[in-house]
Amino acid sequence: MLTRAANDDDRRRTTEFERLNFMVPITTFHYLVVAAALFVLGVIGVLTRRNVVIVLMSIELILNAVNLNLVAFSRMWGNLHGQTFAVFIVVDAAAEAAVGLGILIAFFRNKETINVDEIDLLKW
Amino acid sequence: MLPMVELTIFALGILLIDLWVPKAWKWIDALGAMVGVLMAAFCVWQIQSTLPSRGLVGFYNSMLVDRFAIYFWYLFLAGAAVSILASVHYLDLENEHHGEYYSLMLLSVVGMMCMAAGIDVVLIFIGLELMAISTYVLVGFLRRDRRSNEAALKYLLLGAFSSGIFAYGLSLLYGLTGSTNLASIARGISGQNAHNPVVVIALFATMTGLLFKIAAVPFHQWAPDAYEGAPTSITGFMSVAVKAAAWAMLLRILLFGLYPLRSVYTPVIVFVSIATMTGANFAALTQTNTKRLLAYSSIAHVGYMLLALIAIGTSQPGTPGFYDGFKGILIYLLVYTFMNLGAFAVVASLRQRNVIGDELDDMAGLYQRAPVEAVLMLLFLLSLAGIPPAAGFLGKYYIFLSLIESGHYGLAALGVLYSLFGLYYYLKIANSMLMRAPMEAERLPLSLGMRCTLGLTALATIVIGIYPEPFIRSVNWSLGIVQSPHVQAMMR
Repeated sequence: MLTRAANDDDRRRTTEFERLNFMVPITTFHYLVVAAALFVLGVIGVLTRRNVVIVLMSIELILNAVNLNLVAFSRMWGNLHGQTFAVFIVVDAAAEAAVGLGILIAFFRNKETINVDEIDLLKW
Repeated sequence: MLPMVELTIFALGILLIDLWVPKAWKWIDALGAMVGVLMAAFCVWQIQSTLPSRGLVGFYNSMLVDRFAIYFWYLFLAGAAVSILASVHYLDLENEHHGEYYSLMLLSVVGMMCMAAGIDVVLIFIGLELMAISTYVLVGFLRRDRRSNEAALKYLLLGAFSSGIFAYGLSLLYGLTGSTNLASIARGISGQNAHNPVVVIALFATMTGLLFKIAAVPFHQWAPDAYEGAPTSITGFMSVAVKAAAWAMLLRILLFGLYPLRSVYTPVIVFVSIATMTGANFAALTQTNTKRLLAYSSIAHVGYMLLALIAIGTSQPGTPGFYDGFKGILIYLLVYTFMNLGAFAVVASLRQRNVIGDELDDMAGLYQRAPVEAVLMLLFLLSLAGIPPAAGFLGKYYIFLSLIESGHYGLAALGVLYSLFGLYYYLKIANSMLMRAPMEAERLPLSLGMRCTLGLTALATIVIGIYPEPFIRSVNWSLGIVQSPHVQAMMR
């Protein structure tokens, strides 16, 4: 009930914008483009950056793109599955960052570097 | 009671008890974990004995406890139990015996159980992450060892990256169908044009995550590193239980949720499986580290199992090729659990006070130092290569059978050729064990836990190989899922 009211509200606002011919309404598509851009930035960051902390940050960027997608779709479909999923992904991102930094500290204690290029003990 | 609840209670209990346990008595934690696993098996058995043939649905349609899930639950518990037995003495030698180890192991089993029983992508993803994060820590458990640190860091970075891509794919699937439930996704996606770019991106992002977790070739680079650096007992655990969980997830998603798209993804699977068999078998040839060699061998096994997926994807539900492909994967995972854990247990037992023991040279003359162990290792290796009296043959038999039944003679021939090819590097280990002179003269001491591990795994490998009847029957029972009308409707 609440979501439908919100949708109606949204539609009214959209028509107002159209009457004023003033701005493009923000649709789900716009959110998807932003999310896709964030995702691509995250992937590029993971693949090109040398510093492990920045690689971890880029992974967070990817997960945030996922969250944006989920919330936008949740609004589009008018159900809450997507938002539930997004909350879980926030928790997961936090857990992953905590464990990642923990492992990074253990690594730094032994090796005194956080540069990806110098993680080269195991190969082939 | 659900086994997940029971295991979580034990995992938290071990963390508490560990505070009071003195350093020399840490085996009490292992005992606690073992009791937890056995009680979880009892819980599964209780659920199994009252299970309706269509399965039980719960937690707002997100969990489906059916025969398929029950089969995998037993598999995870067996893998965890054997790994716990192999860990006790090994961790003492590494001087890193902490309760957290067993606690994390039980928690990762909880995650695996959620993956096998999940029919909602939210539950599957949470289960996956619970398993993966616990495993990242376990891989880096030897915190004073550089190789272990490095393996954990690589595994974490690549694992988190692939989870991100996987989650992106899942979010697009939700956007396309408006639901996170696999049955609704299957219904929604069958109405879509399969060549719509968003559908294709969603499919490929999801598949990247799945193929990464089973370590198929373009996404396999983490596996040899993580397997080599991890404590050997965890390497065994990862290569069987974690992999079985990833397969359960892959089967649930690709064959139930995304089954309408099978004509799009099967060609990709063909490419990936050929690349996996080729890449892994050739890379394994030049290895000098036993753990790394076995890691590449486990990647090659993933390639064979993917062949069965092709047979399933290209034949109609209800035809023999379809069932035998399914059967092949499930039986393969069962026999693989025991033979691979056995092989890694032998490698773990080579770790002594001042010998790391994971190089091929450390295997030299094992027959003089510990004859029984060497013979058992030979059994595991022959089983991994798929030589008939051992269990490994059975899994390969069903996979190649399903390929022939669905008309893929070329792929079947390629699979058989690569299995023969694999014999070379398995026998390289055997050669080092049996033909070379030992570098150290004294006999290899074996702890009680290790004796139990080797005995159990060898017994399972021989019994499944010689008397496979009850095991095939149990797989048929668990595949009752394919015949249930509920699932049949979903797989249209």
